[in-house]
Amino acid sequence: MAQAIQQLINGLTLGAVYGLIAIGYTMVYGIIGMINFAHGDIYMVGAFIAVTSFTLLAAFGVSSVPFALLAVLVVAIAFTSVYGWAVERIAYRPLRASNRLAPLISAIGMSIFLENMVQVTQGARIKPIRPILTGGINLFTQGTFTVRLFETQILIIVTTVALMAGFTWLITRTSFGRQQRACEQDQVVTKVLGYNVDRIISVTFMIGAGLAAVAGVMVTVYYGVVDFFIGFVVGIKAFTAAVLGGIGSLPGAMLGGLIIGLVESFWAAYLSAEYKDVASFAILILVLMFRPTGLLGRPEVEKV
Amino acid sequence: MMLQLSGLNAHYGHVHALCGVDLAVQGGEIVTLIGANGAGKSTLMMSIFGVPRASSGRILFEGEDITQLPTHQISHRGIALVPEGRRIYPRMTVLENLQMGTAKADPTNFQTDLDRMEALFPILADRRDQRAGTLSGGEQQMLAIARALMSRPKLLMLDEPSLGLAPLYIKKIFQIIRELKRDFGMTVLLVEQNANHALKVADRAYVLQHGRIVLSGTGAELLASPEVRAAYLDGGGGH
Ligand SMILES: Nc1ncnc2c1ncn2[C@@H]1O[C@H](COP(=O)(O)OP(=O)(O)OP(=O)(O)O)[C@@H](O)[C@H]1O
Ligand SMILES: [Mg+2]
Repeated sequence: MAQAIQQLINGLTLGAVYGLIAIGYTMVYGIIGMINFAHGDIYMVGAFIAVTSFTLLAAFGVSSVPFALLAVLVVAIAFTSVYGWAVERIAYRPLRASNRLAPLISAIGMSIFLENMVQVTQGARIKPIRPILTGGINLFTQGTFTVRLFETQILIIVTTVALMAGFTWLITRTSFGRQQRACEQDQVVTKVLGYNVDRIISVTFMIGAGLAAVAGVMVTVYYGVVDFFIGFVVGIKAFTAAVLGGIGSLPGAMLGGLIIGLVESFWAAYLSAEYKDVASFAILILVLMFRPTGLLGRPEVEKV
Repeated sequence: MMLQLSGLNAHYGHVHALCGVDLAVQGGEIVTLIGANGAGKSTLMMSIFGVPRASSGRILFEGEDITQLPTHQISHRGIALVPEGRRIYPRMTVLENLQMGTAKADPTNFQTDLDRMEALFPILADRRDQRAGTLSGGEQQMLAIARALMSRPKLLMLDEPSLGLAPLYIKKIFQIIRELKRDFGMTVLLVEQNANHALKVADRAYVLQHGRIVLSGTGAELLASPEVRAAYLDGGGGH
């Protein structure tokens, strides 16, 4: 029982991170109908920017944890969203008029490029940072097992909930969100009505990248290490989350993220820690086979 | 001259959809464009917005050459389109659809314009928070017209607004076109298959065939023309 609660906490933490990344996949799919396979690497770039910023702040002797976190978040979001913007401009926009395979190949190329760029500039080895938040609360003890809630977990869950609330508000209540949804439904009409669709697509990529950057910062703080390969592994899991929730559905991405996080934690605890990645791959295959529209995917029953 | 097309050509790949079209619309006029299926009527309207971009020829709006203007800036000049097949946003509410019509409009006008639209189309007031995809076809057409009017356009272009609608709705739509002209001096470019109604409401009209303007004149002249009668009225559906 105690261990199950611990896994629940761990799984929610992990799931929050996957959910943040999954939103980027699902938004881009919603607006231009393609899987941005470089998105996982955008997240990895965000994590590296976080490591560099934390290291720099430490070198300058900044010791206030809240300030450091905030500064790193701002820097990571700013730089990573520029990466997201550039990926769209360079790899996707020139191919928008071509068949569906071309941007997909371009996406994979972009992903390989980003991985190698980071590997060359940052080195292929694991990069650690000095632990930032080390505290935690002992919730209760049962037998020899103590259920702990770490400060980093509180940080991740609170940040994610706040961010998702803000993001939901942006999409459902603001003028930009309306334009974004309009592009998902009919780009030509949205242009004809006077909206700069290219700009809306760019901002969509930047928002997706910004959320991935937050995930990158959170993971850096949580695990204390990053390497250039996390983009691939975490990217596939977040992609699975997006597909599981129903690609194109924002609440679906959040829900899918939580489920994948929970499944992975419990799998690691009760089945096999080494093969925990198998869990998400298995889910991806099962969903694609039996329910490709995902849990909250749209049934197409509109009268148009 | 409010809108002037001269020598306009447009292609879809190898399909030559518009072949040297000359067409003009004066301020305050209702101009109708009729033609059989596939004649290029929708292409003509869409090419004014640059989708597809004219391959040659010129589009002048109030004297300004807008032929190469980015699509999203064309509506800012004061042109609004009610596209063929309505193309409202089905997964948005009626209100959100109307808000989408105000890209460059002054936000302080929003409430006034919304009230005006809801007075013109009372059904939209009743359904304000309903998803637009669940409206009936006729209601969706009203919404598409209202959405276009929310930008306070100088030129309103309607592409087959009566398509697929019951006679009651068709009557209502032509009545609204007349009112827009009478009460607001609105300039209208109207594409219709419903040639009888459309020519009656028109000050002037053009006939488009295989991407070419083959006939033009006042609405009354075309109504009386034997060619037009044979092809588009008197039960003739084509040529
Ligand atoms: N997106 C497109 N791609 C290729 N060809 C097209 C496209 N749209 C239209 N066409 C072709 O261009 C020609 C003109 O089509 P258009 O839709 O303008 O005709 P229309 O007069 O509006 O017909 P309708 O009365 O059926 O609406 C047709 O031959 C059509 O097949
Ligand atoms: Mg047409």
